[in-house]
Amino acid sequence: MLPADEAGEIERVFRAEYGRAVAVLVRVFGDIDIAEEAVQDAFATAAQRWPSAGLPPSPAGWIITTARNRAVDRLRREASRQDRHAQAALLHASAKPAQEGPVRDDRLRLIFTCCHPALAVSAQVALTLRLLGGLSTAEIARAFLVAEPAMAQRLVRAKAKIRDAGIPFRIPYDADLTIRLRSVLAVVYLIFNEGYTATSGARLVREDLCAEAIRLGRLLAELMPDEPEVMGLLALMLLTESRRPARSTPDGGLVLLADQDRGRWDRGLIAEGHALVRRCLRRGQPGPYQIQAAISAVHSDAATAADTDWAQILALYDQLLAVAPTPVAALNRAVAVAEVSGPAAALPLVDELSLGGYQMFHAIRAGLLRRLGRAAEAAQAYDAAIALARNDAERDFLQRSRQALPDL
Amino acid sequence: MKQYLLSMYQPQGEIPPPEVLAGVMRDLGAINEEIKQAGGWVFSGGLHAPETATVVRFADGELLTTDGPFAEGKEHLGGFWIIGAPDLDAALAWARKITGVTMLPIEVRPFRDRIEG
Repeated sequence: MLPADEAGEIERVFRAEYGRAVAVLVRVFGDIDIAEEAVQDAFATAAQRWPSAGLPPSPAGWIITTARNRAVDRLRREASRQDRHAQAALLHASAKPAQEGPVRDDRLRLIFTCCHPALAVSAQVALTLRLLGGLSTAEIARAFLVAEPAMAQRLVRAKAKIRDAGIPFRIPYDADLTIRLRSVLAVVYLIFNEGYTATSGARLVREDLCAEAIRLGRLLAELMPDEPEVMGLLALMLLTESRRPARSTPDGGLVLLADQDRGRWDRGLIAEGHALVRRCLRRGQPGPYQIQAAISAVHSDAATAADTDWAQILALYDQLLAVAPTPVAALNRAVAVAEVSGPAAALPLVDELSLGGYQMFHAIRAGLLRRLGRAAEAAQAYDAAIALARNDAERDFLQRSRQALPDL
Repeated sequence: MKQYLLSMYQPQGEIPPPEVLAGVMRDLGAINEEIKQAGGWVFSGGLHAPETATVVRFADGELLTTDGPFAEGKEHLGGFWIIGAPDLDAALAWARKITGVTMLPIEVRPFRDRIEG
């Protein structure tokens, strides 16, 4: 095999196994920094050795064993110099059962630690991407348009809080599980949404963040197959992602759902998303992610925008508002009302929402006013939306819509 | 076992009527008993109002003594617990119980080193 292939293979193993290896070593040593350093050490060794020696039969097992052995060697040297931290980590390692292979729950434990509500959401997101996703600090900083030293400090602080405040590496007890799972799912969805609609900059989508969120979603679905909201979130992300190829023009412009070339939707992702939605529905425990996935599935079912079953979408929004009454859900419901009963019925529903700081509120209002022939008010609403646009693609789209209004 | 300071913040001024307060104190007593049963008790105390506070500070080369709390605010430290708990989740569980009966926010902070009760 050529060295270039080997390098690609090491990269692939790194992306696939980094989180698992860190999670195992966190269990063994009870310390995130020790675990990360050991795993990075092991991958550095792999990068030197594998190109000539070839890949071991189980690359993940090799990484975990090498990381563990090297960490123990290093900690022994430090412990002999009276380093209390090293002594504690060694003690932790020797107190753990001999089992060294990956335990199914290790990554799940680590996700719950990363998304602990005692950490700020921005720190939860950064830690999850760093420890489970194996993204470098520089990559996370770039993704969120934060300076690298600031992101590094965010990660250091979060890890220090986990250590000093004693945030445990544990799957929450049943009584807490539902509420704690909610914050894990929120972190994954936030990563996806940041990727899907970049909150600033020139580009509409950051594919890498979407891919990472879906990878985390798949991992959660594998680890918690009995949680319908986990399935619901994965389905929602897959169905949203299926439309990405049709969502922008070649020059990066935004294309609305109604105007998309449906032939460009990813049928594989749609089929996978639909299968998940059906599995959720059978369980009969609807939650916000499942219902949003179901709404997305109704859109996917329509061969053309005109074929969309808006009555069913409206019924699903009613259900969504019953379980999660948020103003954004009410706004989206109003869009469905406009399709079922016309813009005159929808406008009062939009007007009563306090969403003045939300770009979509003004954009949707503008669209309704335009359809009602109230061009001057529509222009004002577009101006408000343009002022709140998050990236260049959105801004361009709104400006074109405003220019397309009939003469005032 | 780690140790945590649970600080209870209460709003300035209003004190609940005695019959309400008595119920809260009884419930807090039961929680304290539970903490003891779990082996987490170090100690706890309630404080007089912030108007009774005095601050000593070093300024312009001399030690000054002034009336009043260090920080004026809408909320003040009304009381605290020092407890032992295996991890933050366990400490937060006690904080939740206390907030449940007092309706007051509780700040949970870890100690650096072990302290003895």
